[in-house]
Amino acid sequence: MVKLVNFSFTFSGTRTSEIGDGINYRNANPRFGSIRKGEVSDLKMQLRGLAGSRAPGTDDTKRDLFKKVISYMTIGIDVSSVFSEMVMCSATSDIVLKKMCYLYVGNYAKHNPELALLTINFLQRDCKDEDPMIRGLALRSLCSLGVANLVEYLVGPLNNGLKDGNSYVRMVAAVGVLKLYHISASTCMDADFPALLKHLMLKDKDAQVVANCLTSLQEIWSLEASTSEEAAREREALLSKPIIYYFLNRIKEFSEWAQCIVLELVAKYVISDSDEIFDIMNLLEDRLQHANGAVVLATIKLFLHLTLSMNDVHQQVYERIKAPLLTLVSSGSPEQSYAVLSHLHLLVMRAPFIFSSDYKHFYCQYNEPFYVKKLKLEMLTAVANESNTYEIVTELCEYVANVDIPMARESIRAVGKIALQQYDVNAIVDRLLQFLEMEKEHVTAETLVLVKDLLRKYPQWSHDCIAVVGNISSKNIQEPKAKAALIWMLGEYAQDMQDAPYILESLVENWDEEHSAEVRLHLLTAVIKCFFRRAPETQKALGAALAAGVADFHQDVHDRALFYYRLLQHDVSVAERIVNPPKQAVSVFADTQNSEIKDRIFDEFNSLSVVYQKPSYMFTDKEYRGPFAFSEELGNLSIGTESADNIVAAQRVEENDKDLLLGSSEKEESPGFGNNGSAYNAPSYDGSTTGASQAQLDLVSLDQLSTVNTTSSSLAIDELLGLGMSAGPSLAPLPSAALKLSAKAGLDPNNFQQKWRQLAVSISQEISIDPRGVAAMTTPQALSRHMQSHSIHCIASGGQAPNFKFFFVAQKADEPSAYLVECIINSSSCKVQFKIKADDQNTSQTFSEMFQSALSSFGLA
Amino acid sequence: MISQFFVLSQRGDNIVFRDYRGDVQKASAEIFFRKVKFWKEDGNEEAPPVFNLDGVNYFHVKVVGLLFVATTRNNLSPSLALELLQRIARVIKDYLGLLNEESLRKNFVLVYELLDEVVDFGYVQTTSTEVLKSYIFNEPIVLDASRLPPLGPASLFMQGNKRMPGTAVTKSVVAHEPGGRKREEIFVDIIEKISVTFSSSGYILTSEIDGTIQMKSYLTGNPEIKLALNDDLSIGRGSISNYSGSSGAGAVILDDCNFHESVHLDSFDVDRTLTLVPSDGEFPVMNYRITQEFKPPFIINTLIEEAGSLKAEVVLKIRAEFPSSITANTILVEMPLPSCTTRVNFELESGIVGQTADFKESNKKLEWNMKKIVGGSEHTLRAKLNFSQEWHGNITKEAGPVSMTFTIPMYNPSRLQVKYLQIAKKTKAYNPYRWVRYVTQANSYVARI
Repeated sequence: MVKLVNFSFTFSGTRTSEIGDGINYRNANPRFGSIRKGEVSDLKMQLRGLAGSRAPGTDDTKRDLFKKVISYMTIGIDVSSVFSEMVMCSATSDIVLKKMCYLYVGNYAKHNPELALLTINFLQRDCKDEDPMIRGLALRSLCSLGVANLVEYLVGPLNNGLKDGNSYVRMVAAVGVLKLYHISASTCMDADFPALLKHLMLKDKDAQVVANCLTSLQEIWSLEASTSEEAAREREALLSKPIIYYFLNRIKEFSEWAQCIVLELVAKYVISDSDEIFDIMNLLEDRLQHANGAVVLATIKLFLHLTLSMNDVHQQVYERIKAPLLTLVSSGSPEQSYAVLSHLHLLVMRAPFIFSSDYKHFYCQYNEPFYVKKLKLEMLTAVANESNTYEIVTELCEYVANVDIPMARESIRAVGKIALQQYDVNAIVDRLLQFLEMEKEHVTAETLVLVKDLLRKYPQWSHDCIAVVGNISSKNIQEPKAKAALIWMLGEYAQDMQDAPYILESLVENWDEEHSAEVRLHLLTAVIKCFFRRAPETQKALGAALAAGVADFHQDVHDRALFYYRLLQHDVSVAERIVNPPKQAVSVFADTQNSEIKDRIFDEFNSLSVVYQKPSYMFTDKEYRGPFAFSEELGNLSIGTESADNIVAAQRVEENDKDLLLGSSEKEESPGFGNNGSAYNAPSYDGSTTGASQAQLDLVSLDQLSTVNTTSSSLAIDELLGLGMSAGPSLAPLPSAALKLSAKAGLDPNNFQQKWRQLAVSISQEISIDPRGVAAMTTPQALSRHMQSHSIHCIASGGQAPNFKFFFVAQKADEPSAYLVECIINSSSCKVQFKIKADDQNTSQTFSEMFQSALSSFGLA
Repeated sequence: MISQFFVLSQRGDNIVFRDYRGDVQKASAEIFFRKVKFWKEDGNEEAPPVFNLDGVNYFHVKVVGLLFVATTRNNLSPSLALELLQRIARVIKDYLGLLNEESLRKNFVLVYELLDEVVDFGYVQTTSTEVLKSYIFNEPIVLDASRLPPLGPASLFMQGNKRMPGTAVTKSVVAHEPGGRKREEIFVDIIEKISVTFSSSGYILTSEIDGTIQMKSYLTGNPEIKLALNDDLSIGRGSISNYSGSSGAGAVILDDCNFHESVHLDSFDVDRTLTLVPSDGEFPVMNYRITQEFKPPFIINTLIEEAGSLKAEVVLKIRAEFPSSITANTILVEMPLPSCTTRVNFELESGIVGQTADFKESNKKLEWNMKKIVGGSEHTLRAKLNFSQEWHGNITKEAGPVSMTFTIPMYNPSRLQVKYLQIAKKTKAYNPYRWVRYVTQANSYVARI
């Protein structure tokens, strides 16, 4: 393309620097506002004078003035008052001037709709300019005005733009449609723009036009999908095999940024067989060598998700992506490395054994920022095993001596964590105890906390530890956590620590100076524990402690002191049994993050979730969760096309997810959200408290009621059918001849979750079951065993009477085609609601009959 | 997609501010700056490049002291956002020649023009300087580079070697030179950043080379280029666990590498040549990583002797292990001293120029600056420390490690080489300037004591 204008700047150096200076002194000059106001009106006058001028050199003067206007705009001075003058001056063939004018108009039109109308004329005219550059620019500005009552002027130019002979204009138009949609969805849909975009997406020669069509369509259809079934279908269609293959075959034509979008799309595609997986991976293999980290991570996400169900290939993927990830970490800016390192961190945490020989890559460099070092320390901790522990701990000890205090603390914690996860901790305990001898306050404090945890897991080390801990003067310990740890050890090992009663006594004497309630609570407990073992020496301290505790202003301290006091009054031996029962060593400390959350983050690979170490629902407003977010998908399914009460539906979604996740989790793990905080409106949820789960069950039943109301007519038939089903068992066994199910489940909970998200519901029904079956269902496990005998496998189950919820999966015996079932059973009404999703939609009816027959035979044998 | 893009000066002023989607509040720049400036979270005083505040995600990168920031409410790929910010900075640099606050302020209209084409409604359109050229109509106002202090990597080549046209790398790809015609030239820089950690007994604990082949082309007509690397270059070391592996008989073994998308690797496996049509502007042709052992350019020796209960002496020795034809420059040696150090007396070598030593009271650090070190030479610094209180235990636990930063032009420890740089000729007379330059920099060069 030829440059239209070739000019030289005529204004002098001093004049340009005036503009620069104006920005510099923003905060320095208190009279800034008034001065600027004067200047703005001055500008207005000058612009007005130039509006109609055709004199030579006018454009240069205009440029100068426009520049000033835009510089004011940038620093936040309101220059909307010169709007009409700017528009009047826009009659020019100088493209630089036009661009500045467009920028200005785009900034102010939204808030000055009546002024925006002034621009329509010249923008529309420019949309027909013979220069495609101007057509494109004008169209972009026209769509960026963002004024709702001007949308009628957009339709014509957009229509022309999409059909323009020049790819630049089509590129702009494709995004323009999306802009129009955001201003007025109905105008966009009425003009049938999505269909035009789809046509363009599949036909256009220019890859950027295609990419823009894709992004616009993704956004439009996922926003529409909540209200229109057709849009939901169209959105699904983007993930159909022909479209996915169309994009994959053209992938190298796209810019690196568009490639990221395509790769994200492909990651959502459900693969039908393993050959396909290898084809796709071979096709995209070289993307792993791309210098752009975003492309590499998008590729990695795709590879990981494609191979989830293929254990050994999945592991191969890990091996393959190691080197490219490490290269990305060490090339690029520190910020880019951090983003990649966060992802590496996630992978290391998931499969530490694969990275155990790469531990040296996770050593910290002295000039790295703390947030990088912290990630590295966690990775070092994770990969430590029998063969590398010695070296890793040696390295960590170097960091402990570091002048950087937060780093030293983190390093001590890392050593402690390694000690807690190893079998042979001999050498590590020695190192930890050496830290105590360094006589640095923060090191001692941090180490004490760790020694305490260590003793809870390995009581056999108490002798060595106590000997060293005994030498520490409690007066040198200030940090509450460390002090509490020391006091705990004094109480727990009162027998072995000769001075214990006396140290405790002196601590009790200083009760009033102790500001931390945590420390005072520990002190109370330690004194009473010490008393049980060495009563004569401790009696005095105990009395003082109880007196001080009862008088304490802190409620918990007060209560505990009173409680101990009354216990002792009641019976000393009972008190001992309650306060200091024989303990078992802790085998595993609860992980702060449970596995459901970790899986969710993994599902959201290559997104902020990985950096924040939180699933997206914890930090993102619902409408921004992305076009294909899990919860949204489930939400649509549970509401169906009838619009139920939105709030109930949204909560139902959360409940849905969690039930699905809950069943698959390890039962020993604490299901709380741990440290993840509720600051982000995370639904507070704790599976162990009955209160919470009760509340959820209420929701389920509520929701059922609303469904019943809205679909009563079809339900009547369902009920009839269901009744017939359970009454006449002769109907049931027929279909099993047509469909053979595999004895193995074929899907793990992870895959199930992914699939559930991707497939559409093929059957949704409510039936009644025989009350005898319900009576047999004392626990969810009973039903899952029963269904298993019919080759239908329970993936997750939850709830308690009268509401139970199950997720089942079954697989065809001869091919990897699966059926997924969500099933809610109400044991008081004997009603069962179920939804079936299937790889092979044609046989889902047959499967549904098998499922129902299996269900209705439960409890009858 | 991103919602806004802005560039802030060190003081927090908006230099440019572009709102693409209007779903994040206009005051975001101020909110961001305040948060970053007063960042304090779990003992961490430096804001991470990505954080969330009230549902808005902020991404930022620091470029020549400026903050390039993007915001979004979506759960975007952090790599994508940060890479984009870095690319925007690079595109601007391509246009302005020199990227700094002054050039950005002078050219903000041009920058807006670029931003309009780089991102549309939050979606990236292109970051290729080449493609952008046909959309951009403002001419850059180029600063006079000669009167500015050298900045960043551009300065690497300015010192030491007179033949280098050091200012060329700060030349805009679009601006016309005063003489009229553009000079036909191409720069290929092999930049290696090295990290070495020595144990207290002088063994190498870890070492790594992170290298980049950086290209900047001012050729018209985009001729095809062939870049030949060492014949014996091999890629992949399998498991990287064997750090102690022998350094081989001169073969260069890369652990891994990646390439710019314009690079064709058709003949790479056969004869180690890269073929590409360089687009305008600066870009990395190839990034590589080496953990194969190499000869470290400097050996650091530290000796600490206690001299009575309130005194100690530190002796630092630096030996340059590279040939005498090569000179390292801007060397800085740092060492944290015990916190009770009150005063330090330095003893530099007699008759030496261009060396200074200093004790930074605020962070208890010893700093030893050297303008240059010639290959093969050795330099010593003696420092007498005075303590405010009596010293117990081991002094080495409170001092060190010794770290070093330096730049060594015309030297690369990996021995990776560009054997030749072939430019497809349009005419016989066509013979553009070719500059192939090597430089090594310290990334993390640390000796424990």
